[in-house]
Amino acid sequence: MGAIITLCILGIVVLYLGLFKAKNALLPVTLLGLVVTVGFLVAGWNNEALPQFHGMVIFDRLALSFSILCVIVTGLVMLLSKEYFKNISTYLSEYFCLIIFSLLGALLVNSYHNFAMLFIGIEVMSVALYILVGIRKTDLASNEAALKYFLMGAFSTGFLLFGITLLYGASGTFDLTELQAYVQTSSDISPLFYGGVLLLLCGLCFKVGAAPFHFWTPDVYDGAPILITSFMSTVVKVASFVGFLRLFSTVLIPLHDFWTPVLLTIIIITLFVGNITALLQSSFKRMMAYSSISHAGYMLFAIVSIGAMSASGMLVYAAAYSLASVIAFGVLILVKRSTGSESFESFNGLAKREPMLALVLTIAMLSLAGIPLTAGFMGKFMLFNNVMGSYNITLLILAVINAAVGVYYYLHVVVNMYFRKAEEDVMEQHVPASYKIVLVGAAVLTLIIGVYPDSILGFL
Amino acid sequence: MENIVTQIQGVPLNHYIIFCSIIFAIGVTGVLIRRNVIIIMMSIELMLNAVNLLLAAFSAYRGDPTGQVFVFFIMALAAAEVAVGLAIIIMVYRNTKSVDIESLSKLRW
Repeated sequence: MGAIITLCILGIVVLYLGLFKAKNALLPVTLLGLVVTVGFLVAGWNNEALPQFHGMVIFDRLALSFSILCVIVTGLVMLLSKEYFKNISTYLSEYFCLIIFSLLGALLVNSYHNFAMLFIGIEVMSVALYILVGIRKTDLASNEAALKYFLMGAFSTGFLLFGITLLYGASGTFDLTELQAYVQTSSDISPLFYGGVLLLLCGLCFKVGAAPFHFWTPDVYDGAPILITSFMSTVVKVASFVGFLRLFSTVLIPLHDFWTPVLLTIIIITLFVGNITALLQSSFKRMMAYSSISHAGYMLFAIVSIGAMSASGMLVYAAAYSLASVIAFGVLILVKRSTGSESFESFNGLAKREPMLALVLTIAMLSLAGIPLTAGFMGKFMLFNNVMGSYNITLLILAVINAAVGVYYYLHVVVNMYFRKAEEDVMEQHVPASYKIVLVGAAVLTLIIGVYPDSILGFL
Repeated sequence: MENIVTQIQGVPLNHYIIFCSIIFAIGVTGVLIRRNVIIIMMSIELMLNAVNLLLAAFSAYRGDPTGQVFVFFIMALAAAEVAVGLAIIIMVYRNTKSVDIESLSKLRW
C-alpha cells in the first residue's frame, strides 16, 4: 500500500514543481519517487499475502513482481523523456504527472482483489493515457489517435462493466474470494455468469489489444508520441495482462471447458493478424504496433494453459518484451531525430554511423523474435512449454509458424542497419548520456535474463 | 425505503435484464454505426447507464447495497472520462472544424 500512496503524493508533488517552474528538479524527483516505490514493493515481499482494506487489494507475489517490473520500465521511459518532451510541448510537469498517475492505475490493476478496484485501476490508467496520447495538440495524427483511443477505451469499459454486472447478478458479490467460492460450490451456475465471463473477456481483450478487438492498436500506437507509445505498449499492456491472469487463475479455473475454445480462437486470430499485417508495414513504428498485437497473442498462452507456472512464464515474457520495446522505441527516437522519418529505410547504414545503437537494437530485435541467449527466447520457451504440458499441439504448431514469420520482419531492420548504405543527407547526432545508460542497461538485462532466467524466476 | 424495494421487486428480474440488455445493445449499435463523435459519446453513456440500472435492480433484489455503491463509482469515473473526452473532441474540432469521425482518417496502413 505504501507504493500506491507514494505514487499519489509523487504525482501531486510533480505538479507543484511545475507550478513553481522548477523544471530541472522534475526528473530527479520523479526518479527518486520511483525508487522509493520500488523500495516499498520490495519491503512487502515476505509479508503474508492477505486481502487488505476490506478485500479491495491484495499484495501477493504476483502483484509485487509485476508492479516492480512496471515501475522499473516506467523509470526507463522517464530517463528517455529528458530530451524528448522539451521538443514537443511546454507542459513538462503535466507529462510526468500523467505518466505517474497512469502507473498508479497499473499498480491498482496488478493488485486488485475486488472488481471495483479493477474498474478504478483500468480507468485511472486509461484516462491519463487519453490525455498523453493527444498531448501534441496541433498534430492531426496525435489528435486522431487520442480520439480513437478515447472512444475505443470507453466502449470497451462498457463491455467490461456489463460483464461485471452480470457476474454480480449471478453471484451477488464483487470480491474475488467469494466469486471463487461461488464457482466452486454452487451446483448449477446461472447462465448470467457465463454471459458475464464472455463480456468481461471482450472488455479485457480490447484493453490488451487482442484480435478481433485490436483495430484501434496500430492507429493509436502510430499516432501517439513515440515515448508514450513505448509506455503504452509496455506498462499498460503488462498490467492489463495481470488483470486477466488474476481473474482466470483465481476465479475461472473450474470453468476451463467453457472459456478455453473461445480463448483459443482469439489467440489464433491474434497471432495471424498481428504477424501477417506486420509483414506488410513500411514504417518501423507501425510494425512495432502490429508486433505488439502478436505478442499479446503469445502472452495469452499463459492464460490458456493456466497453472502454477503460468505467472512466472508471463513475468519473463513481459520483462523481455518490455525491455526490448523500450530499446526499440528509444533507438527510433534518435533515428527519427537525425533522419526525420520512421520508415525502415531511415535505419539504413546505422551500423556505420552509430555502432552502439545498431548493436543494442539488434539485441532487442533478436529478443522480440525469440532467438536463444536473449530474454525473449526464455519467455517464449516457458510459455510454449506450458502449452505443451497441456497437450495443445495444434496451437503449438501454429505458434511456431508465427514465430518464424516474426523473425522475417524483425530481421528486416537489422539487415537495413548492417547491409544497406545510408543516404547522404543524414545529420550527425550526438547520443545523450541518459539514452546510452537506458539502452545499454536494457540490452544487458535482456542478455542476463536470456542466459540466467533463474535470476528472475527465483522471485515467484 | 422498504416501499421502494418492494416496488422494484414487483417487476420480475428477467424484465430488468432484458430491458437493460436492449438499452445496452442500442448503445453498442450507436457507437458502431453513427458518424458524429458527440452522438457516439452519448451512445457510450447509454451503455454505461444500462449497466447502472441493471446493477441497481440486482442490488435491490438481493437486498445487498454493494451493487448500488458500485453505481456511484461508475457515475464518478464516467464523469471524469467524459470531461477528458469532451476536451479531446474540442481539440479535434479546433484543428479540423468538424466533429465527424470520417474527417479523421490520416492513419491508415
